[in-house]
Amino acid sequence: MSSTATFVNIGERTNVTGSARFRRLIKEDDYATALDVARDQVENGAQIIDVNMDEGMLDSAEAMRKFLNLIAGEPDIARVPVMIDSSKWSVIEAGLQCIQGKGIVNSISLKEGEEAFFEQARACLDYGAAVVVMAFDEVGQADTEDRKVEICKRAFRLLTDEIGFAPEDIIFDPNIFAIATGIEEHNNYAVDFIEATRRIRRECPGCHISGGLSNVSFSFRGNEPVRRAMHSVFLYYAIAAGMDMGIVNAGQLDVYDDIPDELREAVEDVVLNRREDGTERLLEMAEKYRGDGKGKEKKQDLAWREWPVNKRLEHALVHGIDAYAVEDTELARQAADKPLHVIEGPLMDGMNVVGDLFGAGKMFLPQVVKSARVMKKAVAHLIPYIEEEKAEADRGKSNGRIIMATVKGDVHDIGKNIVGVVLQCNNFEVIDLGVMVPAQQILDAAEKEDADIIGLSGLITPSLDEMVFVASEMQRRGMTQPLMIGGATTSRAHTAVKIDPAYEGVVMWVKDASRSVPVAARMATKAHRQALGEELKTEYDEVRERHASKRKDKFLTLAAARDNRTPIEWDGYTPPVPALPDETPFARREASPLGGQASDQPRSGVYVFRDFPLQDLVDTIDWTPFFLSWEMKGRYPGILNDPVKGPEARKLFDDARQMLQTIVEERWLTANGVAGLFPACVVDDDIQVLDDERERTLAVIENLRQQTEHRAGVPNRSLADFVAPANNGLDDWVGAFAVTTGLGAPERVQAFKEANDDYNAIMLEALADRLAESFAEWLHRYVRTTLWGYRPDESLDNDALIGEKYAGIRPAPGYPACPEHTGKDTIWQLLDVERNTGIELTESRAMWPGAAVSGWYFSHPDSRYFVVGRIAKDQVRDYAKRKGWTVEEAERWLAPNLGYEPEA
Amino acid sequence: MIDLHAALKERILVIDGAMGTMIQQEDPSEAEYRGSQFADWDSDLKGNNDLLSITQPEMIKAIHRQYLEAGADLITTNSFSATTIAQADYGMESVAAQMNRASAELAREVADEYSTPERPRYVAGVLGPTNRTASISPDVNDPGKRNVTFAQLAQAYGEAAEVLLDTGVDALLLETIFDTLNAKAGIYALRKLMRERGEDIPIMISGTITDASGRTLSGQTTEAFYNAVAHGRPLTMGLNCALGPDALRQYVAELSRISRCYTHAYPNAGLPNEFGEYDLAPEEMAEHIGEWAQSGLLNIAGGCCGSTPAHIAAIARAVAGKAPRELPDRPRAMRLSGLEPFSIVS
Repeated sequence: MSSTATFVNIGERTNVTGSARFRRLIKEDDYATALDVARDQVENGAQIIDVNMDEGMLDSAEAMRKFLNLIAGEPDIARVPVMIDSSKWSVIEAGLQCIQGKGIVNSISLKEGEEAFFEQARACLDYGAAVVVMAFDEVGQADTEDRKVEICKRAFRLLTDEIGFAPEDIIFDPNIFAIATGIEEHNNYAVDFIEATRRIRRECPGCHISGGLSNVSFSFRGNEPVRRAMHSVFLYYAIAAGMDMGIVNAGQLDVYDDIPDELREAVEDVVLNRREDGTERLLEMAEKYRGDGKGKEKKQDLAWREWPVNKRLEHALVHGIDAYAVEDTELARQAADKPLHVIEGPLMDGMNVVGDLFGAGKMFLPQVVKSARVMKKAVAHLIPYIEEEKAEADRGKSNGRIIMATVKGDVHDIGKNIVGVVLQCNNFEVIDLGVMVPAQQILDAAEKEDADIIGLSGLITPSLDEMVFVASEMQRRGMTQPLMIGGATTSRAHTAVKIDPAYEGVVMWVKDASRSVPVAARMATKAHRQALGEELKTEYDEVRERHASKRKDKFLTLAAARDNRTPIEWDGYTPPVPALPDETPFARREASPLGGQASDQPRSGVYVFRDFPLQDLVDTIDWTPFFLSWEMKGRYPGILNDPVKGPEARKLFDDARQMLQTIVEERWLTANGVAGLFPACVVDDDIQVLDDERERTLAVIENLRQQTEHRAGVPNRSLADFVAPANNGLDDWVGAFAVTTGLGAPERVQAFKEANDDYNAIMLEALADRLAESFAEWLHRYVRTTLWGYRPDESLDNDALIGEKYAGIRPAPGYPACPEHTGKDTIWQLLDVERNTGIELTESRAMWPGAAVSGWYFSHPDSRYFVVGRIAKDQVRDYAKRKGWTVEEAERWLAPNLGYEPEA
Repeated sequence: MIDLHAALKERILVIDGAMGTMIQQEDPSEAEYRGSQFADWDSDLKGNNDLLSITQPEMIKAIHRQYLEAGADLITTNSFSATTIAQADYGMESVAAQMNRASAELAREVADEYSTPERPRYVAGVLGPTNRTASISPDVNDPGKRNVTFAQLAQAYGEAAEVLLDTGVDALLLETIFDTLNAKAGIYALRKLMRERGEDIPIMISGTITDASGRTLSGQTTEAFYNAVAHGRPLTMGLNCALGPDALRQYVAELSRISRCYTHAYPNAGLPNEFGEYDLAPEEMAEHIGEWAQSGLLNIAGGCCGSTPAHIAAIARAVAGKAPRELPDRPRAMRLSGLEPFSIVS
């Protein structure tokens, strides 16, 4: 919403001429504290901040530029407009080039004549700024009422008539001078200002009037109470006359009605110049009001420690401060009748505040997770007492009990952990069965624990089928609990079309952690559950209908799709021969485990990287997905400056950097990797991996091909297109790799969880994932520059790497170009991945530990990522034959890509 | 000829759809990007779409034609990245001017083919946001750092605009503005250029709300952005890219409420799906835009990423015959902004 105001308060503390402290900070180059000064002003209600760097010892233009650029990165300061204040035009212009909003130039004047005035005013129009015009002309500064009015009227006419300046963007400063100085000519200065203001507002319609307030009381320096009274009285009359802006220190103002009558009258006498002896009378009275002259020191940081203990707990929960959790919980326990009451009382109250703030978008996930850490520590402290009392944890008071698990074959659990934490924050009891949990174990636990809700999570596509299986098992066992579905690969459409029909109970998909709470709340009570079920039915029917009508892709026959392969001119192309160095600083060449000695004239080779230095992977981390895993959407580094998410994103980023350092220094994780390059050729859509003599086929990489009808000229791609066909006599190669940085992670994550520290548990998993991606990126580059060596001179910075601007690709089984997961089996055979790196494959072909990446290497410059998308039955049949599967098996592995409804 | 001002008073105009997605569909090869002119250039040129105006003029003209056939009144030049700053990625700073000239000539030629006295077709010369940000640091550890200055941006925009104007565009379009300070450098350059040339070519200003926070990438709300660029005295001001029509509506409504100039909007065809493709169908998109027109929010409508001639045709049908938005009266006020708007009524 736009704010509008009748009197606008301009902050003046970021002015080196007005604030000794700010001047010192800038001169000492302490810009961090200088920013705090600006932030304090905005927090204290400044609607515009004035920035002035006019100081002889400074490079004022550079200081202005630096400070404004820094402000731009502080959303809580940058939200207000800036007034760029300097007597030097070059400094003003430097400032104007740094502000993205519309600010105010302070100031220009007719002092140097009309030509300079026009030039500067025109620049204000070009930069898009409002302008303060001082009542100053070629003759000098205006002191009397008439001079002030005369100069302002002239400037107004020049600006509006001659160069089209909008009246509403003109602010006149008719000069506030000190009064009660003892010099008689000064006595009427306040009256001159007030009366001139009245006339200028009338005669220059649309304009504004501003002034620097503190000048007026200059002669009472050191006597703050009198100065405050003078400011208040002056403003009272000036605002009534039409002054609508001012440079005012809000701390230097009294409420007009709070000024003692005696003092107010004496001050009014001097401001309004009502009696000749006004100054003397005020001077006499002033001593009485002098006081200690000091403002109140700000004591905020630990002030909350003085509050009652329940308030302290709430504060600690909302701010995620765990340092006092045990201490305060103990005090609360001693004060309570029963230890359980501490949980039900202050702790739950605090968590409700957290839940409300999160629901209202005023807190972000990392904060909530920190809150949960405080909660868990507090609860952990209480549990022994509760057990001692044999007090049954009163589950009637909990919102419901939820069994959660990552389904069989899948190992990914960051998202599930986050949902678990958020639900616990909202007073649900969460029983987390962990990862790779078979359906029977989930359902047995649900029955044994009498769960109210079952939650399933998964990341890889085969998990979708497993979820359908769990749902059908629930149906078979006659269960009635609602089923909650979540995880990266799940969707509303899949839930509606596949899972919901398998189970009569309520099945609902939740997009992210914040949505899980209202859904769980409705699922947990019977009445709401029924309503939810009915709503979902209507919604799912629509989704199913839409889904059915979308299945209208037109398919080519597989043969026709193959005819429309990626047009690559093989004639005249020479596939790059792998360099295959015997020895590198990181790994030696070894023989392929499927046979073929590492001969003197190698045509193949496998390189094993054990305990790779983690330090080398830190700089190439792609941070954007890291924030996404915390449900903070936005590109890095922009997200750090996001006005809403920025502050939390930065805290999260700091914590991440800190943990990364520990991970590296204390060797929390072990990074292992393996890569190999092999002779290869293509037959139809199969890439045949050959032995060194190109006689024997060691393994086959079965590929899928895009099969929907494309516009003329757009090929139906397959990864097989990027390796030379068998019949054209070219010796081509293909590569494979697998890396992990997750060894050691599961143990540490478990330790964090046991210490009730989900925040760090999630953090470590997220970082391990990022390191694995970074390792894959590093290894790909090493293959391009050294092992395969087809781009020996490549130098790309991190952004270019993340942007995938290099030649060649590294598609991973399970991702769009090769969506079928059993491709990993071939990689595991070719590279003996499990022995060489320790990465295992589950029955759904998820990699364990989860922080792992595997895939293929293609070197052809035209090779690119693409999406296979939906395929038709003829290709499924063909694929089944090549894989040695039944069609039903193929349909199960290819479920997400089927362009038709398989027979049940 | 009926000029753009006059046409806007009469009806809702239709602006063309995405250029990038259309080129993507054509899928030109590295060799095609290079053409004969740049066959020996020493870096990869694939993806440098503006270069195609020089090396594959027929491809670009064909895309323009498809949009004009679909009913676009206003087509935009293929010059989104044709500034010396954005072209530095390809080492093609020295070719930027040639790209602008070629792009403007192609658009002009095709627009003139379709123009009739009753219904002229207009060309907007595109000035993209560049790939650098004047108010966001590229280095988290040094928030005061900048990888481009206002003066560099103003210079680059000025050079590009001059070529576009020389070639005879009807308007200049500063679009996909994610950092308002970049746009302000553009406005600064354009105002100077017009003053020097003694011309008054309409400016169109188009911001981008990057996500559901309702802010530009550099952090401004819609109204703060409006206040920050209104001094450009644009003929139209609006929003494009980043969001689909459903998510963008509230910001278009906000702009329509406050803007003293004509409003335009050309959203994306939905949000990218899990494969990075835009899949909002033409009819669905047109239904949204038709409703905006019905609600009096629009003076110009079209599509951004993912939109195709089919989308533009559907949008043209949806807005046909609907009354254009009328300019609102607002109290006179000094309208300032930081990341948020702040007004002082006179």
